[in-house]
Amino acid sequence: MKSSVITFPGSNCDRDMDVALKKFGFKNKMVWHADAELPKSDLVVLPGGFSYGDYLRCGSMASKSKIMQSVINFSNSGGMVMGICNGFQILVETGLVPGVLLRNKYLEFICKNVFVKINDKKNKYFKNVYNEVLEFHIAHNEGNYFCTNDQLKEIEDNNQIAINYCDENGKIEDQFNPNGSIKNIAGIFNKKKNVLGMMPHPERMIDTSLSGEDGSLFFKNLINNLK
Amino acid sequence: MKISVIITLKKDVLDPQGKVIHQTLDGMGFEDVNEVRQGKYFEIDTKETDNDKAKAKVEEMCKKLLANLVIENYKIIDPK
Repeated sequence: MKSSVITFPGSNCDRDMDVALKKFGFKNKMVWHADAELPKSDLVVLPGGFSYGDYLRCGSMASKSKIMQSVINFSNSGGMVMGICNGFQILVETGLVPGVLLRNKYLEFICKNVFVKINDKKNKYFKNVYNEVLEFHIAHNEGNYFCTNDQLKEIEDNNQIAINYCDENGKIEDQFNPNGSIKNIAGIFNKKKNVLGMMPHPERMIDTSLSGEDGSLFFKNLINNLK
Repeated sequence: MKISVIITLKKDVLDPQGKVIHQTLDGMGFEDVNEVRQGKYFEIDTKETDNDKAKAKVEEMCKKLLANLVIENYKIIDPK
């Protein structure tokens, strides 16, 4: 399976993602934002970081970069595109997934492990993941997912919520919501579910001695689902 | 020609920064404030000399980059 990770000026989780993808069997290529063409890929990842210093709105500049037109075309033809953290912010600015990511409710940069509950498994990202709840890591200042009431209705009607913040038993409540996001949303899909944006970093949970292994579960499963 | 744009958050969008500024003003003794909403201001110096054309271009900029219309409104200020 071939993957591509896009590096924007200010991306800083691109190499972590590269390590994670290779560890679980992807042949990964790093792609510079100013390139026009994507290499042949089964998965494209927009990594975390602070593209363009978060100027104007997080992800807004990166969403207009040259490579993004290829990424948009790739996703429109059904290609798998995953945006993590700043990558999620880029996806919403591109319009590939609905909504926006606002400043965290309590104005704090949040850096900690969280639990997320998988809301939908009828997609290539979470199909066959045995667990209902995964422990991932978050590190963001603008992760407060927001959308209009009409958009929310559409998202819910199409079952586009991917994961919600919860406690370790999968209970989704306000007190387990780190950033004030609507309905504890931590990640969402586009309509066809080939595009996933999420704030948590699965690539930070792939080493038994450094972190948990729930990221390993996620990537092992992802590559199997793509085969 | 210089054209100014003001971008504000839509009414229903939570503005935590505005809230904190309000609280601080309150603490400083400015007790009459009902609400504070924070926004952005841009000054765009363009080569275009025709007023209407320049405004139309800036409007396009607002829609495509300067504002995110899910959460923000923009207002173009008439050049003098």
